[in-house]
Amino acid sequence: MSDPVVIGVDQKIESRDLIVTRLDAAVDWCRKNSVWPMPMGLACCAIELMAAGASRFDIARFGAEVMRFSPRQSDLMIVAGTCVYKMAGVVKRVWDQMAEPKWCIAMGACASTGGMYRSYAVVQGVDRFLPVDVYISGCPPRPEALLEGLMALQRKIQQEAALKNMKRSDQRGGLYAMPQGPVIVRGEYAPQMGDRRLEIGGRK
Amino acid sequence: MTNLQSLITNLPGRLGEPVEFRGEVTVMVDRAKILDACRYLKEQCGFDMLTDIAGVDNYGEDPRYAVVYHVYSLPHRCMVRLKVAVPEDDMVVDSVVSVWRTADWHEREAFDMFGIRFRNHPNLKRILMWDGYPYHPLRKDFPLAGMETELPETAVGAGRVEAAPMLGGPFVTTPGAGTAARREPRQADTSAERADKKGAS
Ligand code: SF4
Repeated sequence: MSDPVVIGVDQKIESRDLIVTRLDAAVDWCRKNSVWPMPMGLACCAIELMAAGASRFDIARFGAEVMRFSPRQSDLMIVAGTCVYKMAGVVKRVWDQMAEPKWCIAMGACASTGGMYRSYAVVQGVDRFLPVDVYISGCPPRPEALLEGLMALQRKIQQEAALKNMKRSDQRGGLYAMPQGPVIVRGEYAPQMGDRRLEIGGRK
Repeated sequence: MTNLQSLITNLPGRLGEPVEFRGEVTVMVDRAKILDACRYLKEQCGFDMLTDIAGVDNYGEDPRYAVVYHVYSLPHRCMVRLKVAVPEDDMVVDSVVSVWRTADWHEREAFDMFGIRFRNHPNLKRILMWDGYPYHPLRKDFPLAGMETELPETAVGAGRVEAAPMLGGPFVTTPGAGTAARREPRQADTSAERADKKGAS
């Protein structure tokens, strides 16, 4: 029994088998595979967010395909785009309406740091008013980078002390172990313009 | 075109000769007569579409500001540009909403960005920045990075707008290898800034 067992969708659990695990691990496992995003699409990054939801990249593979436009039903706010001060109040209000446990991804340069908009109107990073869990670099990040960010978040969720946090609902993010603090995803994904692509387009 | 020339010669409040540059005609108009001029253009000359109203800050010149009207005539298929000089000590221009309703938002924008006030505008309030913002950010003497400002109602940085860190200008990076924190001084900067804040609170 001392060997760690990795549970996955590809393994069949026979009716007589017994799984022993921590309740925390089981709860975290459920949570991380059913993250419902709140798509806070504010600018061009939202286009890549939509692409990540569509069939080619298919965010459904990670259980996060249910984009909820109601904060009451969502667990993860993906801030995709440039946040101006005038919008910040709205974003904050939506965030406050989301039920715990909740997480936040800052997608792209603008949401992470203000990006190229060093200007009077743009909030220099949504972490000025939101607790960001994962930052994704890129302008815009490719959908692969968003998926990598989501996977990083899933790893982070898996580390959480779920039961402890239930009792202290005012406090977020109690972790058992690494990773501590925000995760920064540096996605460097160049488009592959190989032969295969052209064939798909039917133009070769 | 000769027709247009003769119409413009009779334009109320016209100052100086119309200037033609690459087929575009520009007329300076007396500030007190702009409403008459616009009404004349619309009612007598068939200029039925207001394309744009823009504020201009000619910083260092006198008069400092200007308002520019781009007017188009769909039946005649021609465009004319009116310019009104606005002195700094009396930044009021008559609103032309009564002539073209679309002027509403254009004038609000010019008010928001430059602080030019439009007399008899039905709803002259800010359109881009939030209500209560104390500056007019497209003025030339306003820093691009912004100024420290109170922010109503939101929790952004404890309700404050902070000037964006510029470090000599936008897009400051040092070329070459090394970590991003080293290449982008802004990034190193804010972390220090935030650590300070954490220490203080
Ligand atoms: S990071 Fe780039 S792509 Fe994303 S919102 Fe900002 S400017 Fe647009």
